[in-house]
Amino acid sequence: MAQELEKVDVVTVGVGWTGGIIAAECAKEGLSVVGLERGKGRSIEDYFMIHDELRYAVRYELMQDVSKETITFRNHPKQRALPMRQMGSFLLGEGLGGAGIHWNGQTHRFLPYDFEIKTKTIEKYGEDKLKNGIFLQDWGITYDELEPYFDRFEKTCGISGEENPYGGKRSNPYPTPPMKETPITKRARTAAENLGLKPFMTPSGNLSERYENPDGQVINACQYCAFCERFGCEYGAKSDPTITVIPTAQETGNFELRTHANVVEILHNDGMATGVRYIDVQSGEEYIQPANVVVLTSYVLNNTKLLLVSKLGTPYNRENGTGHVGKNYCYQVNASATGFFENEQFNTFMGAGALGTCIDDYNGDNFDHSDVDFLHGGVGTVGHTGIRPILSNPVPPGTPLWGKEFKEKSLYYFTRHLGIGFQGASLPHVNNYLDLDPTYKDAYGVPLLRMTYNFTDQDRKLHSFLSEKATEFVKEMGADIVTEGEELGDYDIVPYQTTHNTGGTPMGDDPALSTVNNFLQMWESENTFVVGASNFAHNSGYNPTGTVGALAYRAAEGIIRYSREGGMLV
Amino acid sequence: MSPPEKRKFTRRRFLKNSGYVVGGVLGGGILTEVISKQFRTNAPADEETNEKLTHALTYFTKKEDFNVLAQVTELIFPEDESGPGAIALGVPFYIDKQLSSAWGYNARDYMQGPFYKGEPTQGYQTSMLRHEIFSAGIEKIKEYSEATFNRPFLELEEEEQISVLKAFENDEVEMKGVMSSQFFALLRGATLEGVYADPLYGGNEQMNGWKMKKYPGNKMSYLEVIDSEEFYDEPPSSLHAHMEDSSNER
Repeated sequence: MAQELEKVDVVTVGVGWTGGIIAAECAKEGLSVVGLERGKGRSIEDYFMIHDELRYAVRYELMQDVSKETITFRNHPKQRALPMRQMGSFLLGEGLGGAGIHWNGQTHRFLPYDFEIKTKTIEKYGEDKLKNGIFLQDWGITYDELEPYFDRFEKTCGISGEENPYGGKRSNPYPTPPMKETPITKRARTAAENLGLKPFMTPSGNLSERYENPDGQVINACQYCAFCERFGCEYGAKSDPTITVIPTAQETGNFELRTHANVVEILHNDGMATGVRYIDVQSGEEYIQPANVVVLTSYVLNNTKLLLVSKLGTPYNRENGTGHVGKNYCYQVNASATGFFENEQFNTFMGAGALGTCIDDYNGDNFDHSDVDFLHGGVGTVGHTGIRPILSNPVPPGTPLWGKEFKEKSLYYFTRHLGIGFQGASLPHVNNYLDLDPTYKDAYGVPLLRMTYNFTDQDRKLHSFLSEKATEFVKEMGADIVTEGEELGDYDIVPYQTTHNTGGTPMGDDPALSTVNNFLQMWESENTFVVGASNFAHNSGYNPTGTVGALAYRAAEGIIRYSREGGMLV
Repeated sequence: MSPPEKRKFTRRRFLKNSGYVVGGVLGGGILTEVISKQFRTNAPADEETNEKLTHALTYFTKKEDFNVLAQVTELIFPEDESGPGAIALGVPFYIDKQLSSAWGYNARDYMQGPFYKGEPTQGYQTSMLRHEIFSAGIEKIKEYSEATFNRPFLELEEEEQISVLKAFENDEVEMKGVMSSQFFALLRGATLEGVYADPLYGGNEQMNGWKMKKYPGNKMSYLEVIDSEEFYDEPPSSLHAHMEDSSNER
């Protein structure tokens, strides 16, 4: 029998960026908040041995233990979904701070176009631009409405950057100056200018200088040690929830953090959430945490899964197109090119996760789409993020992947290659969705989430366009040998691509097509809020965290208002 | 514990103060100097005895199997004029240790049934554990050599051995439970890990994998050199450097 605990004002399911932001803002307003985190606690002192590529980047020490819970996957609805037995395509975070610990820190804002994508696309190109199962939705909020929250999140993190020439209007410059220019970022900048493009430094959560945020939390200056993505920062120089919003919440005295607490169900009655049921994963004991407001602040996949297993919100039904929970699942289309240099050597092994030069000329609707048969685009980045020797063995096309020639060339080109990567936007498709698997279960007996996903015609066309741009760019950087883009095949869950999964609980202004309104309050349960990239109606051509952070601040405002006034906020 | 004013500059204090030091009065130059000094005093562990004592087997039971594994890793990453190959780097011992570890037993993988073959895009779908795949694969290399050349694998000419590996890489060998290319991919991956993982795992002997690749290993800061046009060609350092610093003795 589950033990019922004392009721609190707010309970968050997961304590990463979104849970931390909700906890900090609500606790500051005097609400009592409990944060349930299924992983363990951690702090900077745990990163003593962090410069270990094998342990952290190859064996995924900071990531979810998929022996306990994973997803199942198939490319199309007629296939049998099978468990993702090992992580590959994307890396799910776990533990205090969530994926906010192992992120790179690239903190863009989505474009004004993104939030009104349907309206703006039809306005400019007509209805015919949407075809073959692709659909678009406005997000129920505009960029200008969300701007103050972007600003707030950037201030919490102390983002170091310079203005994106294509970005929406900003109320303030970035809180700290951009990261240092390096020979690699400068070369990219020059190449971009030669091509008539508008380069800018990646907005970075690895800070260019020591910074104190509005909550009084300090983030240190980045040391460019090159251990960001898949690692925690031992310097406290990468903005993460454990050095910002979580201590802010704790300092109020109104926040209680419980680790090893895995939520398995949202309890509800007549559309009102009453609390959550969770399992202490160490003792196996079950608890019920009653709350006035339940906030789902776990990853995209788990936010969706919890609604489905709790039977809260109308699930997406692909057969008749109704419902929305599990709908709008999107990913990204990566296009890149690598250039090999015969006579120049670069310090490729140094850097920071968000150190790089970006171009946004081929993103969003920043270029005219009248003569191309796809929509949107992607940001291009020449990163100086620091490569490592186990996972980075680039060799020119045609080189064998083992043996004498491989050894010779992989040694030689490790410090003699540069590349550009584009994050191509991903638009929702009727056949790309999340639901519950009928066969496989997690360690607690709860069904696994089932992902049905494949790249679309739109993706293939966008990929081919961006690949050409990538090759052209790397040639301009002066490489002697340049790779050409290959055709985009079926989506494959094995090779790492990106941890930019989005959708499943889309936001919007139509309750028939969206799970939450623009305060991330559920249409079908006014005291349940769902926060994260699961709210994205589509995925843009950027890293998602900037937009996730902004939405979390927006949701926090909504939760505070709801706690005082009640009712639907929109 | 010594009184605070007498404590030497520890890593913990460095972490605590780095914001102040970097952003504040002292500036990065001094910081870098302190760090490199720290590393200079942390000489690598005993080079001779350490190697010999750790070179024994935790997983393999037959010497021949281990020798086949060793030769195969050497074919993947051979000794040449640029430096040592997999054997001299300790890679076979690295793999032996990994196979008896959590990784060899798929401890953090979802291993609940039912198991179905699946599409290649669905990834690893066998019920076999990694260590079982290695054992089966090495057995198969021996069998395949006998069947094809009428000689044990270890007695084949190098070109013949390479042709055996290529057959595995190209799925020309029938294996139970897995494709031979999956076994080969595991083998290749583990070999590169042994070449380049921190020496603490038993491979990358004397950081020679890193030296060949011009990879400096574990450096605490590149703040002062990140914008330099010069190529940074410094001797590498490993995580062992952190162990002699007193910050972990609290």
